[in-house]
Amino acid sequence: MNIASLAPLAVVLPILGAALTFALNRNPLAQRVVSIGLLSLTLLLECWLLASVWTTGTASVTLGGWQPPWGVVMVVDQFSSLMLVVSSVISLAVLIYATGQGMADGDREAPVSIFHPTYLILVAGVSNAFLTGDLFNLYVGFEILLTASYVLMTLGGTGPRIRAGVTYVVVSVVSSVLFLIAIAMIYGATGTITMADLAIKLAELDPGTKNLLHVMLLVAFGIKAAVFPLSFWLPDSYPTAPAPVTAVFAGLLTKVGVYAMVRTETLLFPGDSLNTPLMVVALLTMLVGILGAIAQSDIKRLLSFTLVSHIGYMVFGLAMSSIAGLAAAVFYVAHHITVQTSLFLVTGLIERRGGSSSMDRLGGLAKLSPLLALLFFIPAVNLAGIPPFSGFLGKLGLLQAGIALGTPLALTLVVGAVVTSLLTLLAVARVWNRAFWRKPEDAEYPDPVLKNTAGIGLLPRTMVGPTAALVVFGVALTVFAGPLFQLAGNSAEQMLDRTAYIRSVLGENAPMPGIAAPHGDAPAGVPAGGALPASPAGKALPAAPAQGGGK
Amino acid sequence: MSVNLTLLIVMGVLFACGIYLILERSLTRVLLGLMLLANATNLLILSTGGYAGLAPLFNKSTDPRDYNDPLPQALILTSIVISFAVTAFMLGIIYRTWALARQDDIQDDAEDRRVAKTPSFDAEDDSVVPEETSEFPVTAVTEAAKEGGPE
Repeated sequence: MNIASLAPLAVVLPILGAALTFALNRNPLAQRVVSIGLLSLTLLLECWLLASVWTTGTASVTLGGWQPPWGVVMVVDQFSSLMLVVSSVISLAVLIYATGQGMADGDREAPVSIFHPTYLILVAGVSNAFLTGDLFNLYVGFEILLTASYVLMTLGGTGPRIRAGVTYVVVSVVSSVLFLIAIAMIYGATGTITMADLAIKLAELDPGTKNLLHVMLLVAFGIKAAVFPLSFWLPDSYPTAPAPVTAVFAGLLTKVGVYAMVRTETLLFPGDSLNTPLMVVALLTMLVGILGAIAQSDIKRLLSFTLVSHIGYMVFGLAMSSIAGLAAAVFYVAHHITVQTSLFLVTGLIERRGGSSSMDRLGGLAKLSPLLALLFFIPAVNLAGIPPFSGFLGKLGLLQAGIALGTPLALTLVVGAVVTSLLTLLAVARVWNRAFWRKPEDAEYPDPVLKNTAGIGLLPRTMVGPTAALVVFGVALTVFAGPLFQLAGNSAEQMLDRTAYIRSVLGENAPMPGIAAPHGDAPAGVPAGGALPASPAGKALPAAPAQGGGK
Repeated sequence: MSVNLTLLIVMGVLFACGIYLILERSLTRVLLGLMLLANATNLLILSTGGYAGLAPLFNKSTDPRDYNDPLPQALILTSIVISFAVTAFMLGIIYRTWALARQDDIQDDAEDRRVAKTPSFDAEDDSVVPEETSEFPVTAVTEAAKEGGPE
């Protein structure tokens, strides 16, 4: 049996866990055991998937026995399995952290009976989005994770969270509607929503139609990924959520958007039709985001702005659409998920130790808690891209790819990336100076907790442990950067080539759009009803029985 | 492909009203706008299915071309369920906003306002050296600077 056929378990296991934890809502201990156990199991499975894909190549699973392009497929390739592993490491660490926080707090603030099932559903949605090879199923994956995130965002229902939650929900729903409109139009234009099939059929469309569909998908994903003109909602809504929730959102949700953008650019609409606007947008995302970060005095808001800013790096790598650029972007995504999540988890610890996440109220934390200072320092310099950390390697890869490309715009972006990196250093150095280095009495409005050192308990081990583990994982990304960069390079090569992906879904005889003439023969691997170029809309799937039953 | 013009016009009106409503500040109106947008999108998906046909129940004697395309309807069903869940959640949030603040409007982010009002002058970074911090007397350094830089 091929291990790839177990891929749907990455979605099924968390959903099963959600059902179990929901049933066990009167027994917090059982909830914790079930959710952590099932998530660990998922992580093991995904590591196995990654190993198998590494050796045997891209594989696909047809769900419910419907053959593509009729049914929903899940595709495991190197990029998606890498994203799965990294996202599961993150979500497991954050889950343990949140459980630790809940145990330490006596579960006052967050109703834990809701937290565990919702969190697992969020993980299931993220896995589904990474695995799916069907555009509508991607929408369903997005909706699963978004609906779970609405609940997590407004956990506790306090005033600020409701206010932030409203912005978040409305913006997310609008982006989902845009995505759905795009899907409808793509279906109308091509008669299919299987991504591998679309990769072939979109190439046959009129360039104007194609551009329209392309832009609509990018705008929908751009809102989710928080790319500059569409990023306004993120710093507004993320900081108010509980620390572990913000951490997992910062790590995963925007990256799912980036992942979808990568698939759009490489699989559905290859070629460089929109690369110039994407590059401009990447530059603006980097600069505007980081300038916003410098203005903040709250650590969580500052980190939210750096999150927006560093999405720009990934879009930059993507927009170069060269193997080197894409490989660096893939590496950067893995690095940034880890680092940004660790920083938000550390901020949760800072809030706990110093009583606030506002830099005006903090000071002297380095002396109060040297371990906390270390935990902040490593991911912070990693984020800013100080050698030898993985942030430096990712940025170096991007800069090299940009210089290799050599166009004036790419060189401008290289300069912009360096400036953003320096400004990131400035932003995290401000946090370091104000929260960690200065004396507590130098703070503008020192938090009483800082002076009253006697009455505070130590930070709970269950919270420090996962944070430290994540920081170590971030350092491990540096140590194993060689194999990781190789993996990123391979996956970039595969994504730009598309052959492996399309063949794994549609079979060995599938036509390759890059190789065949654009208006060549009817695709051989597709049943006759699937390709009717003369009447591409609507009735293209006459004999397909209710495929959507599985959706 | 034939398109039902009535459906298209209804869809256009729904989109227009929906977009108008989500630009309002009142949450209930925003919710209504989102619902209209979701339904307009459902109509759009429906119209991508092409002309109406027979129910897609398999029958050997029927020409495959006479069937209706079932996929858009399956998509719509999923999308209806999703928008139903989101609407229920929004209603919960709106009620909570009302319970907390006795108002239906979206409120501004207080921290945003505060950061926007912050003067560009930063006491920590921009002020003149506030006090003696080094072992070299400040006065000596500044006098040396006045005389044309340090020797």
